[in-house]
Amino acid sequence: MTHPHIMSAFDEELKYLTRRISEMGGLAEQMVGDSVRALVNSDLALAQKVISDDAMLDDAERQIGEKAIVTIAKRQPMASDLREIMGSIRIAADLERVGDLGKNTAKRVIAVAGSGIPRKLARGLEHLAELALIQLKEVLDVYASRSPEKANSIRERDEEIDAIYTSLFRELLTYMMEDPRNITPCTHLLFCAKNIERIGDHATNIAETIYYMATGAQPQGERPKDDTTATMGSVTD
Amino acid sequence: MNIMSEATVEKALDQKMSDANFKMVGKDVSVYYGEKRALFDVNLNVRKNTVTALIGPSGCGKSTFLRTLNRMNDTIEGCRVTGKITLDHSDVYDPSVDVVELRARVGMVFQKPNPFPKSIYENIAYGPRIHGLARNRDDLDAIVESSLKKAGLWNEVKDRLHEPGTGLSGGQQQRLCIARAIAVSPEVILMDEPCSALDPIATAKVEELIHELRANFTIVIVTHSMQQAARVSQRTAMFHLGNLVEENDTDKMFTNPDDQRTQDYIMGRFG
Repeated sequence: MTHPHIMSAFDEELKYLTRRISEMGGLAEQMVGDSVRALVNSDLALAQKVISDDAMLDDAERQIGEKAIVTIAKRQPMASDLREIMGSIRIAADLERVGDLGKNTAKRVIAVAGSGIPRKLARGLEHLAELALIQLKEVLDVYASRSPEKANSIRERDEEIDAIYTSLFRELLTYMMEDPRNITPCTHLLFCAKNIERIGDHATNIAETIYYMATGAQPQGERPKDDTTATMGSVTD
Repeated sequence: MNIMSEATVEKALDQKMSDANFKMVGKDVSVYYGEKRALFDVNLNVRKNTVTALIGPSGCGKSTFLRTLNRMNDTIEGCRVTGKITLDHSDVYDPSVDVVELRARVGMVFQKPNPFPKSIYENIAYGPRIHGLARNRDDLDAIVESSLKKAGLWNEVKDRLHEPGTGLSGGQQQRLCIARAIAVSPEVILMDEPCSALDPIATAKVEELIHELRANFTIVIVTHSMQQAARVSQRTAMFHLGNLVEENDTDKMFTNPDDQRTQDYIMGRFG
């Protein structure tokens, strides 16, 4: 459908952006997986690795931003070229945030490490992370294919993650009420769960950006939501 | 599906607004240069107090269309125009139309600045004088001053009004030509690549001027610079091989055009 540019260097610049975004996506995915593994297994070394990997992701976002600015200044892109470049900037920002969330989870590993996470909770967190990672992986695949239909279907799937997050939230509250000594580790775990849930939101953002890049239109309708924790008072509600 | 129906609705609305908002209407306009057909049944309307940009590759017919609007094609031997063009509902090609008067209502600015080899003052005063727009010298002085002011040139030339217009810089000359076009109080101004011979600063001044002129005039501009079309116009029409390919809001045209040929052209891709 799209023909190559008359100036081939322009094509190269766009390819560079695409390649760097894919690399960022791969790294962010790995960081999130590692951070949850480190949390569940109290693996301090792995947590440390996630923390240091974040610098690479930050660098990549900066480089993509700079390349995008130079390309806009040089080529004065129009239509889908312009959307492509603006989309790269936005997606890079979302992926950078995903990395930050992974890093934040990794930092909490030290605080939680001694307390021994109940198996049931750990499984819940793992399941939540699994779903968030599937969503992230799928959105990165959609980025490669630029299919607006698939981008839309990912957007609709965020609901599932929200639902599990809500049930984890309830469970953590229960543990805290059972024994006040659980409050510190459970609060950390709550933040970890929130971090993972936010990753799903960023994946959804990316899906929306891809939809816009492909079609030039914003996806229609409200984002499906099933995160009710904002209004939740106690376990009995 | 949704997008299609919205476009259809928009078309219907366009049709409805045509009487109220269209300054010039081109219907099934075709142009032949001898045997060669340069324009194929173009339907394009020019909105009041709007800058309409005509874009497209060389030889696509955009300048040809522009020139049909004030019958500049009449001067080309063997040129024939079919279809209908109206200015405020009256047929521009009606045999009773006085072409000189038409061109006073639909003025033109060309690619290369072409001031008369006369003083700056005389460049502006000539038109109003032959069209009888000034009763006396004071009237004429006032027209010269206000035209130069509207063209953003007054401060630069007010102390040298009687020096030759050809002594100005290229950008000043072009603004002088715009002032000359304004001086006869036209309703529509046609511009054929008015900035292609100017440097970026002079170009910016002319673009700023176009932006201001829109309040009082209807402007149609042919340009090879996509950025210029995007900057100065509200509507953009894309021509290709003598056909009108797409006409749209400029904002839409440069972010998400409907036609693949427009897409390829504005993005600098092979098509």
